[in-house]
Amino acid sequence: MNHPLTSLFESLRCDGSFWSLRVVDERAESLSVRRDVAQPPSLSRDRGATVTVHADGGAGYAATSDLSREGLQDALDRATRWAKATAARSVTDYRAVPMPASVGEYESPGADAPFARAAWFDLLRAESAAAKIDESIVDWEASVEVRTAEHLLFTSHGGRVRQRYRFVLPSLYATANRGAITQTRTLRGLRGICQQGGIEVLERFGFLGAGRTVADEALALLGAPECPTGTMDVLLLPDQMILQIHESIGHPLELDRILGDERNFAGTSFVTPDMFGTYRYGSDLLNVTFDPTTPEEFASYRFDDDGTPAEKQHLIRKGILERPLGGLLSQRRAAMPGVANARADNWNRPPIDRMANLNLEAGDASLEEMVRSIERGVLMATNSSWSIDDSRNKFQFGCEYGRLIENGQLTTVVRNPNYRGVSASFWRSLKRVGSADTREVLGTPYCGKGEPAQIIRVGHASPACVFGDVEVFGGDA
Amino acid sequence: MSFETHFHETADALTALTQSGEVTTLGYNAERSDFVRFNRGLVRSAGTVTQRYARVHLIRGSRHADMTVTLAGNGEDRALLAATLDELRAVVEGAPEDPFLLYATEVTHTRTVQTAQLPSPEHIVEAVARAAGDTDLVGFYAAGPIVRGFANSLGQRNWHEVESFNLGWSLYHHADKAIQTSYAGDVWRDEEFEARMALAKSQHAALARPPRTVNPGRYRAWLTPAALQELTTMLAWGGFSGRARATRQSPLLRMQTGDASMSPLVTLREHLPGGIAPGFQADGFVRPDTVDLVVKGALGDALVSPRTAKEFSLAPNGASSSESPEALDMAAGTLARDEGLAQLGTGIWVGNLWYLNFSDRAACRVTGMTRFGTFWVEDGAIVAPLSVMRFDDSMFRLLGDRLEGLTAERDFLPSSATWRERAVDSARLPSALVSELTLTL
Repeated sequence: MNHPLTSLFESLRCDGSFWSLRVVDERAESLSVRRDVAQPPSLSRDRGATVTVHADGGAGYAATSDLSREGLQDALDRATRWAKATAARSVTDYRAVPMPASVGEYESPGADAPFARAAWFDLLRAESAAAKIDESIVDWEASVEVRTAEHLLFTSHGGRVRQRYRFVLPSLYATANRGAITQTRTLRGLRGICQQGGIEVLERFGFLGAGRTVADEALALLGAPECPTGTMDVLLLPDQMILQIHESIGHPLELDRILGDERNFAGTSFVTPDMFGTYRYGSDLLNVTFDPTTPEEFASYRFDDDGTPAEKQHLIRKGILERPLGGLLSQRRAAMPGVANARADNWNRPPIDRMANLNLEAGDASLEEMVRSIERGVLMATNSSWSIDDSRNKFQFGCEYGRLIENGQLTTVVRNPNYRGVSASFWRSLKRVGSADTREVLGTPYCGKGEPAQIIRVGHASPACVFGDVEVFGGDA
Repeated sequence: MSFETHFHETADALTALTQSGEVTTLGYNAERSDFVRFNRGLVRSAGTVTQRYARVHLIRGSRHADMTVTLAGNGEDRALLAATLDELRAVVEGAPEDPFLLYATEVTHTRTVQTAQLPSPEHIVEAVARAAGDTDLVGFYAAGPIVRGFANSLGQRNWHEVESFNLGWSLYHHADKAIQTSYAGDVWRDEEFEARMALAKSQHAALARPPRTVNPGRYRAWLTPAALQELTTMLAWGGFSGRARATRQSPLLRMQTGDASMSPLVTLREHLPGGIAPGFQADGFVRPDTVDLVVKGALGDALVSPRTAKEFSLAPNGASSSESPEALDMAAGTLARDEGLAQLGTGIWVGNLWYLNFSDRAACRVTGMTRFGTFWVEDGAIVAPLSVMRFDDSMFRLLGDRLEGLTAERDFLPSSATWRERAVDSARLPSALVSELTLTL
């Protein structure tokens, strides 16, 4: 890697056993048309670095936006002080952590695609205008956020990594109101459409023309009955499945949670180390992978922020738990295998165990077959509410849009569809997994955990799925 | 260079770069934070973050755009500001006219500075490890200065600097059973910290009893200020927002339509003198000390940002764009906190709630979990820790006809949030006694 910062890094001095420099340079632009009024453009350029030092068996970090030699050396000295000051009380002896020395590069598809502001505004105006179909539509917006980022990693062991990204996040919503009832419909949720790439992301989700669709569906929800209460089958579409995967598989499998790091804030896990290799997490149909290799998926990369090469791994195979989501440090502390998922959300936070891309592998059922298989149930689409206990077990999720399934047929639209369950048993009720043509590659830019707190990008791909004997209910009539 | 000096240098540089026909504003958010994370009484991570963010807003007539950049705090910043302005000029040239632009034109200067006496990081590490002893402590320490600045090319300067520490920790007994405690302020005292740790350890002992699992149903409940804060935070998800009210998306919609009210015991206000948030917002408007949000159970004023004011023809009151409280104050009641167990009698002592969300937003129905320090109580005595339970209930009931009382004592709860930057919002809340809390799972 030939980069101007290479020589600067090599001029820094440190007496630690290992040190690294991680630089993030990220640009973003957000455009929006809300209630048919173009909002002022909002841009950002966020650039800074974290240096990490291992010394005397301890570890410390310092983050700075001063990328001059003096600024970085000052940060390196401060990180060294932290490492030495905490060495005697560290959770692990960092001298025994084998830090990688990876060399390589990564680029998003369309990493250098231009940003055509005027064309974006025209497109957003058209979708906004299409959404105002009735006086009951009281709020509506079409927006997009485009981000480009360069991540660099230099290590004292010779690691040299450069990864360049381009992220596209289009969004649409329409809100309808009548009296004390308000219903909102979005296109795949709040920033649920988030991929690497260019304008082709819109085509994958039918963004053009969707302004009218979300408004139609918001109006339909306004006049719909409440979701019924009872125990029945649910057919979850991908834009709800990703939330189900995220909260009740992703977070409980994070190895730092299992090790207890998150217990003061994000929580612990019902999963314990002894479960790996034998625990039945779900039915035989459940296959879950950590997959950083899908080009368009939101959190694809070649190396994590420790520099560990990233590759696809099964976490759950045929329902049996195989592997946690843990990076190099957690693997060392737990004496378990893991994945390349040590990630920081920006230059000013240290890497911790994160999900990256967590996918549910496709099965063989068509959407029509899944509907036909249900005698009484509810199809639910697009997450709108999420809550789960700190061990990631008892959950309750709500969706924007529901539709009854009666005797194998889709029938009445219902509003406020909610369901609740327990992770440890819910996945065992997985009855059908949709085929590849029901699968969507989605994600979220808002996965939060850590102290100091971090909000990171994660990708999730999932087909539609059917679960049996689920506790379903609606809102207050 | 101090943050304040850097802020003024940046503001002066930006004003000097501003051309005829332009107005520029500067929002300056910076901090130097020591972060130490503990697990099992040992250090999981330790470091320092120094960050300076400048939000540059360029206005030309009714066209405008903004750009947020990281400043280095060195001599390179002037060139960065010039490049940022050049980029914004190109954007504004093609930007649509904005009918809802509103920015401060009346120049008002303010300056508040609160310094602290903070211990060295080494002292914190040793003090926490020593106090933890052989307990399973997991926690987080954040400390250092946080600053917010505003300036514009019209000459306005506003400065807000708060130096503080915030240590939050949980003492785990087994599995998910723990007591959570915090110690925050501007002067660290070892004896105060040790006293709080001793109290936490005494509560921790009650976790040794076998946990009680209760069936779904309705239970009498005592909500500590920390638990009540989780509920009031949900109200702040649009409940006090002028925009959310105007677009019928507020969770308090039924109060707007006259279909619901709260108990006369409930008075909520945004009260800046009681908090640590700045008295100005990103467009340069100086905020009133107090906005009455709920008055004796009736819906009060909304928090109205300048943009919302222009769009919906409302009177602005200096709210930030999020239109959520930054110094929420709930009026005290008459119950005595030290009689809480006796007042509860038999029911659930809720130390903390966790992961709340709306199950029916328009009905202000909220679900969430019990978490730290939650116990089953019989005849005014703690019987056992409670296995975590899910609740799903209407805020109009919990803070309505089921609210039996609020305590005369209130806790000041500074936010420990560190999303992208350390927060400066806070709440001052009593404990609450409710006749029924609906548990569902």
